[in-house]
Amino acid sequence: MSRNGPLALVFHGAFIVYILAPILVVCAVAFTSKGYLSLPTDGLSLRWFHAIAANRDFVDAFWSSLWLGTMSATIAIGLSIPAALAIARYRFVGRDAITTLFQAPLMIPPAVLGIAFLRFFTQAGISGTFIGLVLSHVVIITPFAIRLVLSASTGMDPQIEHAAISLGASALATFRRVTLQMILPGVVSGWVLAFITSFDEVTMTVFIASPRTTTLPVRLFLYIQDNIDPLVAAVSAALIALTVVAMIILDRTYGLDRLLVGRGSD
Amino acid sequence: MSAATFDRRNERVPLAPYLLSGPALLVLGTLLVIPLVATAVLSLHSFSLYKGIQNVYNFDNYVDIFSDPYFYAIYARTFRIALIVTLLSILLGAPEAYILNRMRDPWRSGFLLVVLGPLFISVISRTLGWALLFGSTGLVNQGLVALGLIDRPLQFMYSETGIVIALTHVLVPFMVISVWASLQRLDPQIENAALSLGAPSGTILRRILLPQVLPGVLSGSIIVFALAASAFATPAIIGGRRLQVAATLAYDEFLNTLNWPLGAAIAMLLLVAILAIIVGCNRLVERRYAQVFE
Repeated sequence: MSRNGPLALVFHGAFIVYILAPILVVCAVAFTSKGYLSLPTDGLSLRWFHAIAANRDFVDAFWSSLWLGTMSATIAIGLSIPAALAIARYRFVGRDAITTLFQAPLMIPPAVLGIAFLRFFTQAGISGTFIGLVLSHVVIITPFAIRLVLSASTGMDPQIEHAAISLGASALATFRRVTLQMILPGVVSGWVLAFITSFDEVTMTVFIASPRTTTLPVRLFLYIQDNIDPLVAAVSAALIALTVVAMIILDRTYGLDRLLVGRGSD
Repeated sequence: MSAATFDRRNERVPLAPYLLSGPALLVLGTLLVIPLVATAVLSLHSFSLYKGIQNVYNFDNYVDIFSDPYFYAIYARTFRIALIVTLLSILLGAPEAYILNRMRDPWRSGFLLVVLGPLFISVISRTLGWALLFGSTGLVNQGLVALGLIDRPLQFMYSETGIVIALTHVLVPFMVISVWASLQRLDPQIENAALSLGAPSGTILRRILLPQVLPGVLSGSIIVFALAASAFATPAIIGGRRLQVAATLAYDEFLNTLNWPLGAAIAMLLLVAILAIIVGCNRLVERRYAQVFE
């Protein structure tokens, strides 16, 4: 394979600067010692990170996002494991339609889903509740969870389960100690991806969150609409740090390139 | 549940797959279909400032949207931004994927991580970065002046140019993913064969590489266009209250003006337009390039 020429490397350098610049500037501004937005030219300061801890709104929103992400990712993965096994193992009437339905939430603009859920939850009397948030997040993250569990279960050899059963293992034991073990990387990475997607979601949530149940991205968004100060830069920098940790976990358990680019078409 | 999984005798009456996918089917089915139908019905109602939502059925909201140049301008802006963002993503993302593919490890996997990693970072944080670069720190303008590209600072905040730059940043990783995936399916021996037969590198790029990568570019374009047309947070933060797009307009109708039926109609039009484009382009790609997908 031939190497990249100098022109290609210049293009590549400019592209990387374009990708990294906004992320780096957020992290830099977060360390300013001034009371206003500025780059930390005269030494770093942690004052704005201390300020986050003193801000009840952001702290509450963080815990609410964490709970929301954990609960909806767990429910989504619980729905996804049997559904993915059904699609991977069986050929049945309606299989294609069901597979399409499982990916459908990705095709609908999140703002439209937000409006639809706001209307639906208002009529159902659960508008602005945490349960409403969990239900709506389950809908938008399940496609990701199913996709990863599916790609893990498509490759596995059913003969191994037959062997377990013929050796006298009960169906439950076979599932728990054979099937689940083999699709575990897909389950773990599916859960993490579902969690991150829920944790980052803003467009749909901004329609249905109430002041009591606001998530961190929604709180950030509403705050930024009023004014931009070093506090939001510090919150964003903390979020970026958390994301990098999650990315490293995903890279170790599943491989980030495999997760994003995928293998095969399903 | 697990009993049904392994009971192969069930294969003649295939109940197992329905039982297994039942819970997910029930949750996604009810939580997608009922709210969307309810929204479609809502868009047919009317709204008055004093009496609230009226349970009548007519197409007045749609007639209003189609006959008012204000709404027309917002939809035109939405799809203009989406189109420019898609073109820029092709111009930037496709060459970058090609360059990454020609690198060796550890550079290759390292830079792939740098390019795709931002997808996991909240859109709010990434857009905030652009607001800081455009506004308060003014780094973009300082850089452009230093490079001698402009004489005096440009206005990026609250402008379509600013929205396009930030939105392209948010979405270009999807183009890189798509083109990268099609480059992985490519047989490098074909390129070597063309080389050994004496083809100049320009001809190889044009006649060997491009035709094979085009499906990847097209499917990447569909994703980027759909996401750009439905974008909310980036246009809201960079564009401000005055520069509306379809998603922010629907938000305003719902949470500020409280005209829910009109907001529902705006959302339904956006949904129909985007679904038509996705399905239409997918058909086109699959029909024209069926042989490339095997």
